[in-house]
Amino acid sequence: MLQYKNSKNFTANTQMKISPFFERTSKLNMSQEWKRWGGYLSATKYDLNHDNEYFAIRTKAGLLDISPLYKYRISGKDSSLFLNRLVTRDIKICKIGQVMYSTWCDENGKVIDDGTIQRLAENDFRLTSAEPNLSWLELNSYGMDIKIYDESNKIAALALQGPNSRDIINSISSKSINSLKFFEIIDTKLKDINVSISRTGYTGDLGYEIWINPDDSLKVWDILIEFGKNYGITPVGLDALDISRIEASLILLDVDYISSRNALIEDRKSSPFELGLGWTVKLNDESFIGSQALRIEKKNPSEWRFVGIEILWEDLEKLYKNVGLAPELPHGAWRDSVPLYNKKNQVGYASSGCWSPILKKYIALAHVNSKYSSLDTILDFEVKVEHFRYLTPAKIVKTPFYNPKRKISCPE
Amino acid sequence: MSRIDKYDVIIIGGGHNGLTAAAYLSKAGKKVLVLERRHVLGGAAVTEEVFPGFKFSVCSYVVSLLKANVIRELMLPRFGLEILPLESTFTPLDNDYLFRTSDYDQTYKEIYRHSPKDAENYMRFGPLMGQVGMAVRPILETIAPNAIRPSFNDLMSLKSIFNHVQGLNNETFEYLCKLMTMSSADFLDEWFEFEPLKATMSASGIIGTFMGPRSPGSAYVMLHHYMGDIDGSFRAWGFQRGGTGELSMTIARSAMYFGTKILTEAAVDKVIVKNGSAIGVALENGDEYKSDIVISGLDPKLTFLKMLDESDLPEDFVNDIKKFRIRGSSGKVNLALDGLPNFTSLPGNGPHLRGAISISPSYDHLEKAYDDAKYGNFSKEPYMDIILPSVIDPEMAPPGKHVMSCFVQYAPYNINGGWDDTKREAFGDAVINTLARFAPNIKDLILHRQVLTPKDLEKTFGLTEGNIFHGELTLQQLFSFRPAVKWADYTTPIKNYFQCGSGTHPGGGVTGSPGEMAAKKILKIW
Repeated sequence: MLQYKNSKNFTANTQMKISPFFERTSKLNMSQEWKRWGGYLSATKYDLNHDNEYFAIRTKAGLLDISPLYKYRISGKDSSLFLNRLVTRDIKICKIGQVMYSTWCDENGKVIDDGTIQRLAENDFRLTSAEPNLSWLELNSYGMDIKIYDESNKIAALALQGPNSRDIINSISSKSINSLKFFEIIDTKLKDINVSISRTGYTGDLGYEIWINPDDSLKVWDILIEFGKNYGITPVGLDALDISRIEASLILLDVDYISSRNALIEDRKSSPFELGLGWTVKLNDESFIGSQALRIEKKNPSEWRFVGIEILWEDLEKLYKNVGLAPELPHGAWRDSVPLYNKKNQVGYASSGCWSPILKKYIALAHVNSKYSSLDTILDFEVKVEHFRYLTPAKIVKTPFYNPKRKISCPE
Repeated sequence: MSRIDKYDVIIIGGGHNGLTAAAYLSKAGKKVLVLERRHVLGGAAVTEEVFPGFKFSVCSYVVSLLKANVIRELMLPRFGLEILPLESTFTPLDNDYLFRTSDYDQTYKEIYRHSPKDAENYMRFGPLMGQVGMAVRPILETIAPNAIRPSFNDLMSLKSIFNHVQGLNNETFEYLCKLMTMSSADFLDEWFEFEPLKATMSASGIIGTFMGPRSPGSAYVMLHHYMGDIDGSFRAWGFQRGGTGELSMTIARSAMYFGTKILTEAAVDKVIVKNGSAIGVALENGDEYKSDIVISGLDPKLTFLKMLDESDLPEDFVNDIKKFRIRGSSGKVNLALDGLPNFTSLPGNGPHLRGAISISPSYDHLEKAYDDAKYGNFSKEPYMDIILPSVIDPEMAPPGKHVMSCFVQYAPYNINGGWDDTKREAFGDAVINTLARFAPNIKDLILHRQVLTPKDLEKTFGLTEGNIFHGELTLQQLFSFRPAVKWADYTTPIKNYFQCGSGTHPGGGVTGSPGEMAAKKILKIW
């Protein structure tokens, strides 16, 4: 086959950690482009460009190795008490078999990290996170009857995202996942291999994450590829994921915000309210880390808001036309800080953006001053056209930019 | 039976241009009715489940030229526009192949393997064609002025085109002139030496045209195909998820969202003309609908010679329309397959099956295929542009099965002795045999086949003589001459009767442009 030409001559050394799926992904990665993710080598893209992978997520099914995620198992009598103190959401209402997305904060109500919490049993949870959190968890569990176990290396994981993902899993699962609702998790078998499947993901599409014993990882990969073939299953890398997550308006640590633990100055820290995650903050009678500060902030709202913007086409086109070019659109997602102005005064900045191939719109996620954060407000977005800076209008629009019904619907 | 429903606008034909015009006019607040003869919308941009479980973009099969402003203004992404990338062109040869992708370096190395000189030139050729494309676009996006009796507005648009052309740099102007006049073979000979590369590139100069690669004028058709872009990347081609018919449906949904009423199985028989002015249409079933304006999305022959009585039209105009060249040159073979074709020169599944597959090993292959047609036969060894939609979009075929779309040239409309079932099947066999030369397993894979001759295209889709562009894209039938001088601005000699099909400026392809510009012209003068 064309894509494996010369591969027998290709050997490489690395100091990075190798995912349990590397045996397969390294052979499929025709571009041999890798990014570092949590100390692992993670495929940037498998093809020479990411277009096909992106469209697999939106129209077929994309298969993504998410093993680099940090995973912590929290069990014991006080585990729900502990998590309720740790994160901003009310974990007591999380049912067994349910998953919750949450942020967790420092004592000043500034976000440390965000991730999901799976309730596997009454007193058994799994927390996933973007960064290592073990010492923070241990520090805050003092005196509680719980066990915290770092299972980051003990659980391999794959995300299967896209409209055909349910059909693929149903074709090999011992249990139908038709009734599995958005943010629920079940145990099942994929052709006799025990796995857990949660209806979660980072693409804003119908999709699942499969939690696997690393010893079974290659078997699960092979089964998925074999049975997914007829449904257009496509291994996808982080470039395609990045566009999908911006379209879904899902924030990314170290890109759209900085963990309060790593912020060198106060101004770099963000509260959940400032990140558009106010909905994850449950200010009831009980306290959690940062609740006092967040209560105060709720009464005296911060001036920062997190919004979605659309860079308006006609004006952008004019700028390029003036220099004799068609608009040069970003081919992938960008993650620079781009200033936003209101009448020449900077009132915010975009932190990541992309051309959305499915919406045919140029979109970005942005931090703006609350005075300028209401829907349909027009701000000026800085662009460089042929090395010169210009301002071009961008409108504040509803997020998520892309939100298909299938994301949360179940078959009848 | 006579209906009393009164509309502002009636559009004859639910093809993609008719639907585009409908959407724009409804968006402007007009009460619009679209009447489609068939049971499905889309005209030649249609998806049909020809065999159970196997869906085909029966005629038009790729998307590139659809205008970005139409996508935006009609909010097509909201109504289902999903264009999947077609990333490559694979030209199988008897003992080798040529495989070009969207990756610059990979394509350079691949062409270098055959000709280092061509590899260098290829890298210059793309940007140059992009520049020429940019230079032509403003002309394509101008409503064609009346070249005989220009109005003040016509003079202004001529002046702006003149200024634009004057502003082009020498190189762009030189190539623009060459592309307007040369044959695609001559033009490409100035650049390249590797025969399969030249032949494959020249093929876009013969598509839908009764010309060979060595016929002068074919270079313009090549340029026409270079003008498309997807997401700002020139010369990018794509496949609408669900087939090209789904693209027409997104335009139809947009039109309906803005208030258009669409009727299918409503074949218009005649435009009703009273005192030199169109006042409505009469259907074949006897129904009548009245409107202030009637627009035809049909080709010029049907628009004028079928929908009107010749006596309603000026004699010289009737002559012009009769002379309008609309010779069909192509057929379509749609295959339902049990598996994937295996090309001898590049066996197995791989990225080469995800893009276009071009059966164009040499100029001679194409030119000989044209020779057959010139003398009234279908090509014994035709040129083919093939895609495997089910590889890109698995929902087009049942699990494990595939659909293959073969655009085939040449198949003349006026074949010796006329088309019949035997000839149609013989034409289908010629296609399969030619394909089997490069992918021998194809014969064992075929579960069903649909062969469409130009005669079939005319009968089923209303394309006169089976011409996919509603009239050839030759210099004497472009811009102010499309379809007839004085009537290139979407107006007609009949008051309140307009045209919006591919037979008007800027011509064929799934562009939406004639529909859009006709609607904009009508709104301007209404």
